[in-house]
Amino acid sequence: MDGAGPTLAFWALSAVTLVAAGGVLVSRNLLHAVLFLILSFVGIAGFFLLLSAEFLAMAQVVIYVGAIAVLVLFAVLLTPAVGRDNGETRFIAPALLLSVALAAVFIFVIHDTTWNTVDEDPRATVESLGTALLGRWVLPFEIASVLLTAALVGAIMLVRSPEEEAEDGLA
Amino acid sequence: MKQPFLVSDKWYDIRDLSNLSNEILHQVDRALPGEAAYILSPLLGFVFVFLLFVLPTQLYLGVLGERKIIGRMQSRYGPNRTGKFGVLQPIADAAKLLTKEALTPRYADKTIMYLAPVLFVMPAVMVWAVIPFGPEMIIADIPNSLVYYLAVSSVPTLVIFMGGWSHNNKYSLFGAIRIVAMGVSYEVPLVMALLGVVVMTGSLSLNGIVFWQDAFDIWLVALQPLAFAIFFICVSAELNRTPVDIAEAESELGSGYLTEYSGMKWGLFYGMDIAYALAASALGATIFFGGWSFFGLQDWVPSWLFFIGKLYAFYFLFIWTRGTLPRLRIDQLMAFCWKYLFPLALFNLFIVATERVIWTDGLDGEKGFVYIFAAANILATIVLVVTWARFLGYRPENQTTKPRLVNEAGGYVPVTPASGEGR
Repeated sequence: MDGAGPTLAFWALSAVTLVAAGGVLVSRNLLHAVLFLILSFVGIAGFFLLLSAEFLAMAQVVIYVGAIAVLVLFAVLLTPAVGRDNGETRFIAPALLLSVALAAVFIFVIHDTTWNTVDEDPRATVESLGTALLGRWVLPFEIASVLLTAALVGAIMLVRSPEEEAEDGLA
Repeated sequence: MKQPFLVSDKWYDIRDLSNLSNEILHQVDRALPGEAAYILSPLLGFVFVFLLFVLPTQLYLGVLGERKIIGRMQSRYGPNRTGKFGVLQPIADAAKLLTKEALTPRYADKTIMYLAPVLFVMPAVMVWAVIPFGPEMIIADIPNSLVYYLAVSSVPTLVIFMGGWSHNNKYSLFGAIRIVAMGVSYEVPLVMALLGVVVMTGSLSLNGIVFWQDAFDIWLVALQPLAFAIFFICVSAELNRTPVDIAEAESELGSGYLTEYSGMKWGLFYGMDIAYALAASALGATIFFGGWSFFGLQDWVPSWLFFIGKLYAFYFLFIWTRGTLPRLRIDQLMAFCWKYLFPLALFNLFIVATERVIWTDGLDGEKGFVYIFAAANILATIVLVVTWARFLGYRPENQTTKPRLVNEAGGYVPVTPASGEGR
């Protein structure tokens, strides 16, 4: 990063992302929380752009803004207790504990890792990403695919009604 | 490396738009202190895109052309009172919309309701940054411009949802949920169809795809007709245009997510719907109809003329389907997407990948084989479309003949019972 432009962009993006992430926690309206979440996804896409990983930035927008956020919206709208909004729950203490533990892990790892810095443009082209994913890292890639498929099948099995199961003779 | 703005000394040959903007930014960088260029570049891009493409072509020609042509298709005149042949109608419309009372429901979420039309305009301007109007005539020639286009064009779905939800009106919410469901569903075959194109051309850049079509003297619509059909249907579904505009279906939902919008907020949604249709036509013309290339003729005629001609020809296809086809139901649309388009897109991807492997590994990328592939693919498309429809239980010969008005009979002809039970 050189010059004031990227620095300025970095701080602006940080502000947007952090404020949006805070908004997710603070806002009482669940739909507002989802929209804040989407804004923070967009901010993270901006960070990828700053790191000259254009493809990752676009993938971030396609996957997180275009698909996952939409599914979250659906999940929120189909939740029966959505009218209760972001109120107090009895899970507030375990949630706080979990988030503090998670933040501690992240801060520890970020602080403890010796980060490699590259001076020249990293050239993360789609070709190199594709060869890496289907060459050296093909096993983790396939395991992730199988995991997602299993999650998909599991979700479908969980939401099937007893009548539907009886129809298929599975029950 | 200073290059001239004009490729030749002809005044109309402004091919090098990116050079022009680069030159302006360089001058600004030299003249103004600090980082003014960083702030100026998005503004410059916005002004270029909005003034050059969005305002004249989309908000003016698009609105007028669509109303005129649909009017003619439905045996009406269309707008013909304001100015000669109604050419001033878009201006009159805009003036009317601006002076209209902007109503806001009492229990609406006002922030989101006011934000949605503004956010809706942004992607419509942003997608034009990567559309090639000529070999050098792109505002931002990035290597993954197809992915950029898909990323940016996935935002409007979300914005429409925001608009529909914020009204606190159940019809708006229905429309919003429908557009989200449809956007998610139709994105899958759309991306699968475009993936076939990417596999064949080996390029994620829109300009690279056009160069490929130029080098092999073939348009991808001939090489991948199935991908084109899927692309066209999915794009009209995502754009929410009439054969599939169930999100604003005025016969069922008022006008869906637009029910509570009035004045210029509604106007922005209306205008930008046409803007998105034109942007999608630009994408379709670039990917499937050779973009700025025209079999070598683009060396003699400005290439942007070909591109704009193709763009409007493609847009005419959209208007045509809008003016002639009746609206489908939501369950029909969902079933059509997941049971018909998605398997066909998978078949298409399989066929294209096979051809690509045979072509590069077995045939050394010989140019002439592209035409053989094209012939094979056209045949495969017809076979696949027919057999998959029959596999899903569609039997046109069993359907009862529709009653129709016949000139010779001078009126109504009753239904003749055809063979079989019907559907």
